[in-house]
Amino acid sequence: MASTLQGRMAPASSAPADAMSASRKSSARAKHLPFSVEREEGRVVLTGELTMRHAGALWRRLSEEVDDASGQRLDLDLSGVTHADGAAVALLVELRAALSGRAIECDLVGGSELLRELVTLYGGERAPTPRPKRVKERGVARFGGGVASVLQAIERWVAFVGSVAAGAAGVVARPRTSNFRSLITLSERAGADGVPIVLLLNFLVGFVMAYQSAGQLELYGANVYVADVVGISVTRELAPLMTAIIMSGRSGAAFAAELGTMKVSEEIDALRTLGLEPVRYLILPRVLALALVAPALTLLGDVIGVAGGAAVGALSLEVTPRAYLAELRTAVFFSDVWTGLVKSVGFGIAIGLIGCQQGFATSGGAAGVGRRTTVTVVTCLFAIVILDTLFTVFFRMLGV
Amino acid sequence: MTSPIVEARSLAVGWPGAAPLLEGVSFDVHRGEIFAILGGSGSGKSTLMRALIGLESPVSGEVAIAGELAPKLEARRPTFGVMFQQGALFGSLTVLQNVSLPLERWTDLPRDAVLAIARAKLRLVGLEEAGDKLPSELSGGMKKRAAIARALALEPSLVFLDEPSSGLDPVTSAGLDDLILTLKRALGLTVVIVTHELGSIFAIVDRCILLDHEQRGVSASGAPRELADSDQPKVRAFFQRAARAS
Repeated sequence: MASTLQGRMAPASSAPADAMSASRKSSARAKHLPFSVEREEGRVVLTGELTMRHAGALWRRLSEEVDDASGQRLDLDLSGVTHADGAAVALLVELRAALSGRAIECDLVGGSELLRELVTLYGGERAPTPRPKRVKERGVARFGGGVASVLQAIERWVAFVGSVAAGAAGVVARPRTSNFRSLITLSERAGADGVPIVLLLNFLVGFVMAYQSAGQLELYGANVYVADVVGISVTRELAPLMTAIIMSGRSGAAFAAELGTMKVSEEIDALRTLGLEPVRYLILPRVLALALVAPALTLLGDVIGVAGGAAVGALSLEVTPRAYLAELRTAVFFSDVWTGLVKSVGFGIAIGLIGCQQGFATSGGAAGVGRRTTVTVVTCLFAIVILDTLFTVFFRMLGV
Repeated sequence: MTSPIVEARSLAVGWPGAAPLLEGVSFDVHRGEIFAILGGSGSGKSTLMRALIGLESPVSGEVAIAGELAPKLEARRPTFGVMFQQGALFGSLTVLQNVSLPLERWTDLPRDAVLAIARAKLRLVGLEEAGDKLPSELSGGMKKRAAIARALALEPSLVFLDEPSSGLDPVTSAGLDDLILTLKRALGLTVVIVTHELGSIFAIVDRCILLDHEQRGVSASGAPRELADSDQPKVRAFFQRAARAS
């Protein structure tokens, strides 16, 4: 605070003309103010009304008067104050603390009985306590803290996946301990409700893929091979990826927000007190729902994506739907489709786990829920790309 | 007694499409008075308060604050402060930022003065050390106290407090009562308070109204002691039950 007040001092080298102008402005302003602040020997005398309406001006005037204060004592004399509100008294108490920080003793003296009561209420008669300065964290400490938090996150993840695996094993042994009745609703929300957007986006992806290839294929008179390009890329990569991205935004974020809200409103704790294990009751049905609907949506994506390619073939490459389909049969094998579907199951499980884990890790009310929802989507996208890479390498090693 | 700062005339409040929760509610709150709205659970106390502060439109009737009908809440600097039942602190802001927010929005005070006032308000409610915490790190009672500090930030002449003492320990609750009394005495603050706490009612309340769910309105009004000694058995019974509960 002391440095703040110091910062308000006029520069010592100000020209006299500037000083006169400033003085004129100050006195002009002062004419409209319902209070005055005068510095006398060992005290600052305040008179008039001190209210929040003019708190800014009061703060500036006080700062000007005490900027160059030195010595051992400078009291704030309130004898002439006719009325004061809490905001003004708060500023006087703050000023007292700032002066104390500069080793200048200061008391708020004088004033009516009511004003004294207000001063007492705002701590103006207690010994001022300087606020502790914040110690800025050093770079090494910040780096160490970052590494520690990453390790803790990994530990939490391992523990979470372990608890889900244990819960799943328990459910296999005793299926009634889970909440499979919610599976239909969850599958509907994650699957059926998402069909229109999955169809639209996958159709457009197939369409764009074919359109981008059309120019090159025409060059070589290989128009019909648009079915090969679109068929293989859609079934092996694009449909599983696009569908997983849509599921991250729809279902992953929804799970995180839903479970996060349950966490902050203590609903998950309430479940535990009822003897229901949250992993079995909340997480497993959600993960299972996504594992089931992901391949179904991906299969729809395969069909509609290929149809997008057929549309471009018919519209701009003079490839009839019959020729497109015949070429597709020769180019796309069953293995292309099932590898894509296997990937999609992996993506669905990952999205479900991430959404639920982030939901369970939520704290801090509405802001925490928002933060976890964002983290869920970003983490899902990251995980999908990593998993896709691993699946691709794995299938390559298997020769499929 | 001075002129009324809150005037309710033939108010009916409730939810759209349903029968009104309260009908024909009329009362005045005078400047510098501590006025309580009492009643059992579900009697419409909080709904009535929401109608008074303009968060709910009354089904019929009028509310005037400082002589102005149906004040529009967001249009200008608030003329009153409000503390909600659960505190309603903004979860993404620290406690100090919560209290600073109205000062930053509605005053041209420099940043250090804003912080000084906000810290002083927190000191008033005994939360000076909690300024850097997020609301999620506070207990229920601390959240309420922080919400009172925020309600007082703009030096309003009128504050509405929805169950400020519930959930607080007796010592903190008594401290809060003392604070309200001191603010009333030193600043002429008017307080409209929704409460169940009989100790607070007798300690600080000047006048009150008692809402009755079955009557859908005000069953009695007056000083707390008058109501406690009322001729009406239901009114007396409320105070006796409340005394047993507290």
